[in-house]
Amino acid sequence: MATRQTQLLARTLMTPAVALLFIWMIVPLALTIYFSTLHYNLLDPESGQFVGFENFEYFLTDPAFLASLRNTLVLVGSVLALTILIGIPLALLLDQPVIGRSIVRLMVIAPFFVMPTVSALVWKNLLMHPVSGLFAWIATLFGATPIDWFNDAPLLAIILIVSWQWLPFATLILLTALQSLDEEQKEAAEMDGARALSTFIYITLPHLARPITVVILIETIFLLTVFAEIFVTTGGGPGLQTTNIAFLIYSQALIQYDIGSASAGGLVAVVIANIVAFFLVRIVGRNLEA
Amino acid sequence: MARAVTTRRTIIATAGAWLAGFLIFFPILWMVLASFKTELEAFAIPPSFLFFHWTTENYATVQERSDYLHHALNSILIAGGSTLIAMAIAIPAAWSMAFSPTKRTKDILLWMLSTKMMPPVGVLVPIYLIFRDFGLLDTRTGLTFILCLGNLPIVVWMLFTYFKEIPKDILEAARMDGATIGRELVYVLTPMAVPGLASTLLLNLILAWNEAFWTLNLSTLNAAPLTVFIASYSSPEGLFWAKLSAASTLAIAPILVLGWFSQRQLVRGLTFGAVK
Repeated sequence: MATRQTQLLARTLMTPAVALLFIWMIVPLALTIYFSTLHYNLLDPESGQFVGFENFEYFLTDPAFLASLRNTLVLVGSVLALTILIGIPLALLLDQPVIGRSIVRLMVIAPFFVMPTVSALVWKNLLMHPVSGLFAWIATLFGATPIDWFNDAPLLAIILIVSWQWLPFATLILLTALQSLDEEQKEAAEMDGARALSTFIYITLPHLARPITVVILIETIFLLTVFAEIFVTTGGGPGLQTTNIAFLIYSQALIQYDIGSASAGGLVAVVIANIVAFFLVRIVGRNLEA
Repeated sequence: MARAVTTRRTIIATAGAWLAGFLIFFPILWMVLASFKTELEAFAIPPSFLFFHWTTENYATVQERSDYLHHALNSILIAGGSTLIAMAIAIPAAWSMAFSPTKRTKDILLWMLSTKMMPPVGVLVPIYLIFRDFGLLDTRTGLTFILCLGNLPIVVWMLFTYFKEIPKDILEAARMDGATIGRELVYVLTPMAVPGLASTLLLNLILAWNEAFWTLNLSTLNAAPLTVFIASYSSPEGLFWAKLSAASTLAIAPILVLGWFSQRQLVRGLTFGAVK
């Protein structure tokens, strides 16, 4: 009897969280699906007719969609590559006997706690400004022409800013994993005369495979929807050069008020994110059993 | 011989790590320095690193011209409120999943995780329209509600991983002694769970404070937290770098301090326990 009561109580305690999340997931998603089948523009009071898949046709064949899909992939891919390729050596370095390691750790992790709008504006104005930014000054010291980041290489500028924000995350996870690596195994390899490089390739790197996968999946989920950094620096421009899918949907919804098309775009974004989520949930789920 | 190698290695590693740490931290340092310069000096080429006329005038101007405190209060209320409400909903749920698991518990947890994977932009349109129709646009209530739902899965997950580490024997002992579930919760579980509760609270406060999708899209002025306030510096007139830096420094300082305290929990919270 007591067990049944306990179970009933357990279920009751769980209900608010489950119910809220269920509503949070189902209602907006259902509305998005519904809106995506309508010709619906907030500026046109006559609109609201059912049009089937027309919005999807319109959204997917829009040249802006292909451009923004490309930008999204370049952004996600580059930031992943940068954060992992810099994160691994950085984590290895921090795993060494370093004097004042906790202070260095604090400095390395700090960018992660800076709100996106601050990071973006500080980088844009104080560092990347073509005339009086610090980078421009350094370039002139070496006799080079300063780069006009947000005109000549806007997507690269965004990539650098976002990478700076996410490098601490990758480094911290890799460092945590390194610290759980069995020292004895490494020492044994060294005793056997293994060089540092082969110890790294045959022992450290395989050990890092899982945390690297986790970094890739979690960063991808967040990077697919990078928004604030673009919103405050380029507004998606020049042209469509820095418009990613998230920004494209935003501009269709809240600048052009084209609810139907933005909803279709939203569903496309959900599908892309779900493909990534599928793999992440599987990895986390496997871990749950252990 | 071995000792000499170790010392050399320590020196090289220390130098390398400090250099890397300095470079990564530099943009923040540079921003803080700029906040104490005059606008002319903040703009000057070549830049001055330390030997400039230090002034706190920017901080005064930021408050005077744009009511910084109003937005800071919004940030505190929205981030704090959403985190506390999420905790209140998540604690019972995580408790029951950790201590009275059923065969569906794992599926429920993974399902909760999957709601976090939904890109916010996918539901921007309906949320915006619902907010408009219910008069929630640019209100603290609306933002608190959305950020609470957005972080709820992470809160449940973090709490679940902490609760799971509490030894069950203790609970059984308490039950043997005739403790009711209410007493069990208050006298046995709570004291053991406090560290986990604190780190969950801290991490989610940080996430809510820095959230910049819903806040940018759903608030303009009245309910605008610091993320939106800083964004208003993106289309300025005249010289504004020192003021932008002062406003930014104020906006990130409290969270940087909290963040440094919670760095160890960060990995666990953001990987849903996949990396410990």
